[in-house]
Amino acid sequence: MTAKPKFAMYWAASCGGCEIAVLNTHEKILDVDANFDVVFWPVAMDAKYKDVEAMEDGSILLTLFNGGIRNDENEHIAKLLRRKSKILVAFGSCANEGCIPGLANLSDSREIVHTAFNTISTDNPNQIYPRTSFDVPEGEIHIPNILPVLKTLDQVVDVDYYMPGCPPESHQIAAVIDLVVQVLQGKAELPPKGTVIGAGNSTVCDECKRTRNVKVIKSFERIYNMQIDPALCLLEQGIPCNGPATRSGCNARCPTAGAQCIGCYGPAEGVVDYGARLMTSFASVIDAKEPEEIENILDGLVDPTGQFYRFNLAGSLLKAGVPAWKKEKV
Amino acid sequence: MTENFEPTIIGFTCNWCSYRAADLAGTARMKYAPNVRLIRLMCSGRLDPTFVLRALASGADGVMITGCHPGECHYIEQNYKALRRYLLLKRVLKGMGIEPERVKLVWASAAEGAKFASETTAFVEEIRKLGPLNWGKPSDQLPIISEPVQHEEVPA
Amino acid sequence: MSEKKQERVGVYVCHCGTNIAGTVDVVGLARWAGEKLKHLGVVVAREYKFMCSSLGQELIEKDIKELGLTRVVVAACSPHLHEKTFRTAAKNAGLNPYLVELASIREQVSWVHTDKAVATEKAKAVVAGAVSRVIENVPLEEIKVPINPDTLIVGGGIAGIQSALEIANAGFHVYLVEREPSIGGHMAQFDKTFPTLDCSACILTPRMVEAGTHPNITLMTWSEVVNVSGYVGSFHVTVKKKARFVNEELCTGCAICQEKCPKKVIDDVFEAGLGYRKAIYIPFAQAVPKFPVMDKENCTYFIKGTCKACEKFCPTGAIDFNQQDQYVDLDVGNIILATGYDLFDARRVSNYGYGRLPNVFTNLEFERLSNAAGPTSGNIVLRDGKTTPKSVGIIHCVGSRDKNFNNYCSVICCMQGLKFAHLVHERTGATVYNFYIDMRTAYKAYDEFYQRVLEEGTLFVRGKVAEVTDVARSEHEKGKLIIQVEDTLAGKQRRIPVDMVILSSGLQPRHDAKAVGKQFGISCSTDGWFTEKHPKLDPVATMTEGIYIAGCAQGPKDIPSSVAQGAAASARVLDKILQKEVALEPIKASVDHDKCSGCRICNGLCPFNAIAFIEDDQVSDINPALCQGCGTCVAACPAGAISGTGFSDEQIMAQIDGLLFLNLLPVEA
Repeated sequence: MTAKPKFAMYWAASCGGCEIAVLNTHEKILDVDANFDVVFWPVAMDAKYKDVEAMEDGSILLTLFNGGIRNDENEHIAKLLRRKSKILVAFGSCANEGCIPGLANLSDSREIVHTAFNTISTDNPNQIYPRTSFDVPEGEIHIPNILPVLKTLDQVVDVDYYMPGCPPESHQIAAVIDLVVQVLQGKAELPPKGTVIGAGNSTVCDECKRTRNVKVIKSFERIYNMQIDPALCLLEQGIPCNGPATRSGCNARCPTAGAQCIGCYGPAEGVVDYGARLMTSFASVIDAKEPEEIENILDGLVDPTGQFYRFNLAGSLLKAGVPAWKKEKV
Repeated sequence: MTENFEPTIIGFTCNWCSYRAADLAGTARMKYAPNVRLIRLMCSGRLDPTFVLRALASGADGVMITGCHPGECHYIEQNYKALRRYLLLKRVLKGMGIEPERVKLVWASAAEGAKFASETTAFVEEIRKLGPLNWGKPSDQLPIISEPVQHEEVPA
Repeated sequence: MSEKKQERVGVYVCHCGTNIAGTVDVVGLARWAGEKLKHLGVVVAREYKFMCSSLGQELIEKDIKELGLTRVVVAACSPHLHEKTFRTAAKNAGLNPYLVELASIREQVSWVHTDKAVATEKAKAVVAGAVSRVIENVPLEEIKVPINPDTLIVGGGIAGIQSALEIANAGFHVYLVEREPSIGGHMAQFDKTFPTLDCSACILTPRMVEAGTHPNITLMTWSEVVNVSGYVGSFHVTVKKKARFVNEELCTGCAICQEKCPKKVIDDVFEAGLGYRKAIYIPFAQAVPKFPVMDKENCTYFIKGTCKACEKFCPTGAIDFNQQDQYVDLDVGNIILATGYDLFDARRVSNYGYGRLPNVFTNLEFERLSNAAGPTSGNIVLRDGKTTPKSVGIIHCVGSRDKNFNNYCSVICCMQGLKFAHLVHERTGATVYNFYIDMRTAYKAYDEFYQRVLEEGTLFVRGKVAEVTDVARSEHEKGKLIIQVEDTLAGKQRRIPVDMVILSSGLQPRHDAKAVGKQFGISCSTDGWFTEKHPKLDPVATMTEGIYIAGCAQGPKDIPSSVAQGAAASARVLDKILQKEVALEPIKASVDHDKCSGCRICNGLCPFNAIAFIEDDQVSDINPALCQGCGTCVAACPAGAISGTGFSDEQIMAQIDGLLFLNLLPVEA
């Protein structure tokens, strides 16, 4: 048995897309197997939490943690894996900034649970709701409890590196695997702690091939409403493309395909609040001076909160909407 | 809404008009509510929505943005950018459940010390009525999900 | 938070006598700062009676040297008063002046709040904010740019001429660009000037000639500026020299072309519509330069292809029908705008009947009547050109001091109205009434002139004229213009019949002032006058370095004031030229080319054209000499690629934290 360094990958509140993205690296996955001893990866192998608890602290060299911290189990495992790992990577948009599950932060978490058990298509005549603990003859069983707000990984533990994307592009994952292998072989050095890896240094516009001119926005449009010029910047055509504020690294996949960037790679380097950058830049180039005219143009942005914070709500300055914070005490 | 709630408000002023209006209010010894703490920017066009979000997330109950009247901006037309950002910011705040009235835009020329003072005092009262924002850490108390929600009918 | 070495901050709280100390517990505040902000780096916190005094400044300088301070906070009055004072003190002690922050606890705390406890608490927040902010300050160096010694002056009226002569006499070159065919401006149209009753042309024309012949002045008349770019020290200006259709090299100014031209046109510029000129004309006899100009729109040759009388008779063959507009590029270091004023259009006050009732005249029309070189040879007559009026009403404040038109006072109309009263008396012996709201005769020898006109027997009626009408209500009103007015001193309505009415039309900014301002990168006030840097202490400078304003372009004023401002603007320009380089405040934005994605969102946001797009690298870039430091692009950049010195994100965020007391250590339980 070779002393290969240990590798772990965990999914918290996520969709599984990050795991698929890793598999999408095709043969590169063999490099993972060749260079690492995969000790914990719920989607791929049958290891238990107690196995992880039994490991020595810091014995897992590299852990890729994807998914947001939605319930107390996620938080517990995040802290566990932090203890047991040397390098912990916030992998994918959920762990980095909350991503889609983070949009739950616009609601009261209890209402979310209640709604799930009380939809129009739910057959729940006795109004049964889950409890977090229940006595059975064998003992007390527990299910995780939902936290008041969804948190990002670095809001609960110290994170070494960040890999953004929903999911991170497979070619970027491959590049990171290559880098780690090189580091293992002593041929390269790890970047400074806290670095965003698997992404570019600029924003999506840097990789987008569309022509750009001075921006003058007279209206905001929906894609289905219009004939899109394939060669011209989407924002200039009135389509609210988040590209200018979104970190590069994906090769401008969506704008190249004719769809506006929705911002899954998160903020650019050093940015404190992603949504604010979009608010300020879009608003600055609106071509109107009178408040009524400006409001008319803004009406074209149907859901600005969603447009600007779709992926980034949990990681933003405000982190959550009022309903998530202002709960009545139970 | 607690009794004796004293709002804390962060105010942004522009170096050429509204900051001088605040100075003029001072020189003329006009009295106004002490709840606004001012930050000087060169222009209202420097106002980044990040600042407003940071202030609200850090304990401010309201934010006042001030600048030169449209058409009188020292830098020609930068206050229009502030106006546009402000209008969009209010919509986003609304979507987050924050009362858009917690952020207010006031135009004041260097000669309008009295306006600065009265607008400040009026805004403080508006925020007092809205109550504290208390944007803090979430309560550590985990919700008991088996209890029905008290306030309103959960929509189907 | 970066892992940098902790700064050593000095906090100085000023008592300002009792101005601050009377309301804020300054001793407690300093002690609090020394204790509670110690962990941020505050190594000394003092309070002193007057920080701005020499002793106060020395306190700071001593501490910088002995305690090795790297940052300074002065909690005192508004930075608009003493920021420079304390920055200089720091500089003298060897600390970069931009590492000093002022916290205003006077204008914004002690003077506006009454409760001592509340005021002191707010002062603590202000100081906490300033300390956190100053830690994020970085040393900055002023940017020095070289000054081209050539100057551009736009506008050849009395202010522009004065400016040009001052600079030219100092030995430096001036381009004087004037839109009309001759310099002289409005002053060339006047008859006599108040209060001395000097003949306007007599005092103006020597200056005009001097400007026209000065070796250091390049006169460009019948020309307009069409493009301006660059910044103080190196402006690039394109001037369009409109075609005169006269070859200036050959023309001797003999004026035979004017004499022989068969086409008469109403002269609505110089003669205010009261006289005629020819299609090829010299605007007035003493015009400088003396070259005529051809009015293409009214010239028979350009309309029908015939005539050419001027060409036939020109002894030197100077007529050139094929002449084209010329575009000239100039490089100058400074620009003075002395573009003057337009007259308020009195037709807008329809109740005064100008344009409808023939014997209602404007002030400019009256100047031409009264001028000996004017269309009536100096005879004050009615519109019929012959009848001398026996009674004249002069109405002040037409279009001025009026919320319906222009709210401001046009400054010169009262004196002008008095001047007219005197001239009418002198020339015609008519009865003169002046209708006024207030009599504004403030300057040297002005009030004495008013008293003189009073003694001459002019009748003064205090009241704003309601109407000028020709509808007679009685026999003695027939054939007259009746002025209906409330005589507020007599306390009754009056109807005063006169033969002639003169309206003191107010002064207005030029109709294209806003566009011209935008072209040069300066702004106009809501009234439309060019905005000065400071209304009291800096009336000839603008917010744009290198661009100055003088004369009525800055606001209505009389001739002595225009001359003074023209000279003042020149002095400012000369001081720059003599220093050979100018230091620019280092509050600037800059683009991090690595972070910039070339989205171009910033490109349209700069009114000073400081942001350019570099096609080759596909990134945006900011010219620090053009950048005025407003920070709009810094706030707008979606990638956070633009940063600004002096008001950086780090500084402002830190200040927010400080103001909310987030930078204090948690209280031990």
